[in-house]
Amino acid sequence: MAFAAFATAEALPQAPKRRSRIALFLLLPGILYLVLFFLTPLVSLVLTSLQAPSEFGDIGQYDYAFNWQNYVAVVEAYLPHILRSFGYALVATVLALLFSYPLAYFIGVKARRWPLLQSLMLVLVIAPFFISFLLRTLAWKQILSDESFIITSLKALSLMAPDGHFTGTPFAVIFGLTYNFIPFMTLPLYSTLERLDTRYLEAGSDLYANAFTVFRKITIPLSMPGIVAGTLLTFIPAAGDYINASRDFLGGPDTQMMGNVIEANFLVLQNYPAAAALSIILMAVILVFVGVYVKRSGTEDLL
Amino acid sequence: MVVREFAERGADLELVGIQKRFPGFTAIESLDLTIPAGSFFALLGPSGCGKTTTLRLVAGLEEPTQGRILIGGKDVTATKSHQRPVNTVFQSYALFPHMTVLENVAFGLKRRRIGDPLGKAHEALRLVELDHLAQRRPQQLSGGQQQRVALARAIVNRPALLLLDEPLGALDLKLRRQMQLELKSIQEEVGLTFLHVTHDQEEAMTMADTVAVMNKGAIEQMGAPEVLYELPRTTFVANFLGQSNLFTGAVVATTGAAITVEAGGSRIVVPTARAQRHQGEVTVGVRPEKVVLHLEEPTATPDRNLLGPGRIIDVSFSGVSTQYIIETPGLGTVLVFAQNVGMGPAAAVGDEVWVSWDVEHGFGLDDDPAEAGRFPADASTRSIAVQQREALVTELEEN
Amino acid sequence: MSGEVQAAAVLGGLAEGEQLEDRRPPRRPRDRRIGLGDWLLPAYAVIAFVFLLIPIAYTFVFSFNDSIKSNIAWRGFTLDKWLNVCNVEGGAVCEAFGNSIVIGLVATVVATALGTMIAIALVRYRFRARSSISLLLFLPMATPEVVLGAGLAAQFLAVGVPKDMTTIILAHTMFCISFVVVTVKARVASLDPALEEAGRDLYGSPAQVFWRITFPLLTPGILAAALLSFALSFDDFIITNFNSGSVSTFPKYIYISASRGIPAEANVIASAVFLFALILVIVAQVSRAARAKRLAKLG
Repeated sequence: MAFAAFATAEALPQAPKRRSRIALFLLLPGILYLVLFFLTPLVSLVLTSLQAPSEFGDIGQYDYAFNWQNYVAVVEAYLPHILRSFGYALVATVLALLFSYPLAYFIGVKARRWPLLQSLMLVLVIAPFFISFLLRTLAWKQILSDESFIITSLKALSLMAPDGHFTGTPFAVIFGLTYNFIPFMTLPLYSTLERLDTRYLEAGSDLYANAFTVFRKITIPLSMPGIVAGTLLTFIPAAGDYINASRDFLGGPDTQMMGNVIEANFLVLQNYPAAAALSIILMAVILVFVGVYVKRSGTEDLL
Repeated sequence: MVVREFAERGADLELVGIQKRFPGFTAIESLDLTIPAGSFFALLGPSGCGKTTTLRLVAGLEEPTQGRILIGGKDVTATKSHQRPVNTVFQSYALFPHMTVLENVAFGLKRRRIGDPLGKAHEALRLVELDHLAQRRPQQLSGGQQQRVALARAIVNRPALLLLDEPLGALDLKLRRQMQLELKSIQEEVGLTFLHVTHDQEEAMTMADTVAVMNKGAIEQMGAPEVLYELPRTTFVANFLGQSNLFTGAVVATTGAAITVEAGGSRIVVPTARAQRHQGEVTVGVRPEKVVLHLEEPTATPDRNLLGPGRIIDVSFSGVSTQYIIETPGLGTVLVFAQNVGMGPAAAVGDEVWVSWDVEHGFGLDDDPAEAGRFPADASTRSIAVQQREALVTELEEN
Repeated sequence: MSGEVQAAAVLGGLAEGEQLEDRRPPRRPRDRRIGLGDWLLPAYAVIAFVFLLIPIAYTFVFSFNDSIKSNIAWRGFTLDKWLNVCNVEGGAVCEAFGNSIVIGLVATVVATALGTMIAIALVRYRFRARSSISLLLFLPMATPEVVLGAGLAAQFLAVGVPKDMTTIILAHTMFCISFVVVTVKARVASLDPALEEAGRDLYGSPAQVFWRITFPLLTPGILAAALLSFALSFDDFIITNFNSGSVSTFPKYIYISASRGIPAEANVIASAVFLFALILVIVAQVSRAARAKRLAKLG
């Protein structure tokens, strides 16, 4: 299950498996934990999404009901946010793939003969993980602010309108999403490319394929598992993210995504049913996407 | 209950009515086997024949579905692996990578709280001539050295029974030969009972006192290596242990001393004592190195079987000997191994030849000729490929 | 998920242990033709790494800024913020940082223990409901954090549990378990079962075999999983935000102060954590490479 196929070590054939009480003992605590703190909350979320406001209660008081109109209401109110979420995530995923593939190819294939260099480059790829997600997003905000060197230079070169902004625009949000999830794209790509047997590429050119054809017909298909894993790893968190789109970070009033409205409804407006309904919609769309995508790309063993 | 003392000497191993089923397939149908103390016994068979399962049952790594296992007369069927006076040299050696060579060898002694484990471990390492590498990690050793450490780790415990699971399979040919001799001399030195599992017929024949050929979860034939080779009882044994020329036909004459089979228009005589069946359809055969090639038709004599004329369809020269494949009308192909006593091959493709062999060298098999086609007697690439594919399929099914 | 597993491998620097050395195909002799890719790709990689490191460098540089309140404009170099990191706002940054460490440690220990047990069971035993259990382990990784956070918050609200440190720890443990399972499972699956069988064969009782053979051989994987868990927990903001109540963690502190300007002390802590992690990983990687080289020489 679950992408384990990309771990570094190869699995060895296991002896015929035993059925034993030990298995139950090993599984029970962890599974119970997940049922209690993952599965039950999801059920809670579904129940909350159907709640109706309490008749006599204050703001934030809701009763259990079957108020499915909540879903209609949130879709009507937040359709732009929903579309923005998936749109931004999709563009960011494509950009991250375009950015990461050559990098992963260089580390995984070209740098093979220098294992130390290879592992140091991997450290550089995950280096952004070591500094707070929020701080590195804020850093970009400062670096790309209207007064910053980069933006003033662009304006001086007339590559940007004199009164133009970068932060607060959809471009900035997509830029932030792309930057923040690049390591999630690069690492799975690297793991498949690292195991790519270059003899296949040699066989390809031996059979009269030019460099581009070899890449398109051999390299890409063989690295498909990494592409699928990387796109999922980027798309899922990007679609649910609300840091990059937040007004305090790279976003503006017109860039709010689903995560922002879920947060606002839950933590500020105390409109729990709306937040829950939006969460359920987000999760459902992502699960459908994962299912269809994995099926279409023929890598079903991934799950 | 842990075995706390060394076994005085090797012990008998007895398997009574063993059956082993895994979900989806049966590895061992029904197996009865007695291995006398102090012997070097080899279980020989293709992948998936159940030989490794037998070994794992004896080691206690699997439980039999039915049947009993006795070691030195004591029923150990219900005991766990760590409670049996048995040690194994694993196919992959299974040396613990996080321990030194010395710690590996001392592991079993420490678990049994036997006095001076390190001293005894050094002693065992000296026996396999690796004491100077005692502080190394296993992964720093070569394949042959690892194999010897695995052996030392097992024999240091003086088990009543030592199990060897294809321990030479990972070594190259030259090293394998050397290790075969070493294993054999160590066995003679320590006097334990060795049970060796292998698919390499040459290895089994050079090392073991007794060889049991296994096929499809049952023993086909058991005996001293030379007996198995000279007098195979089934088609499987005749073809798995070396190569054979086999001919199927009806018995047309019987005397007290011999039977005569008519196959493809030729008559082949086999001594009664060397034939398992004496009437009806039978399969008879002869080893290719016993067959003599004649470039001119020889005079027929009663003590030699003569076939021909046939035509040579393939000649392959391999230094010591030359292998000829001869197409004989009505009989299919006949394989001949001829020593290169002269210079180079004596005949060429397309030559018309006759073949003959001493009546005393023939043998008659026990199988039903209807089933005998499983391993055809010719050595053509196609049939080898088919055999290997079958073996592979069985192996895959097992996994 | 694979990204995290890889990250864990790099973090641990140990995930490829002794018996897993180098299984990649044999190296091919170098192709003598100088193609476009021979300089284009390395050049691209250099640019890519510079791009990836820009905000890190920025954060690091601004940890030395002699700022007064908000740390936006450069006002001169000072070591003061590094030396007196806890002096700002009555030590709020340090308190948040301390909370993050405690939460990370507890969540890591619990998640690693539970996840390792599941991983062993998944590889070594047969049991019913295997596919449902696999799905249950996969789903938390495929669920956006905002949904995980909102779900748990809705649950705590429904049951009436007040949000504090405990609820944060419960939440973090939950999302770490799956990652531990995936990381450790890979290690268990690459463990030759014959090693444990050899232990049993050499008179080791089940407990002895586990503690003397299985556990030491799994340690690199478990360590990598623990480091990954800690990193995930330490940097988590979204799930924390939904389940923290008034408790502050380091990311939450940054989020809250983002609107009014972040003190340079936050940069100091982030830079220190970054340097610590970087040195740890580089040392592990270099020593692993040295060990591999030594082994290759001896072998």
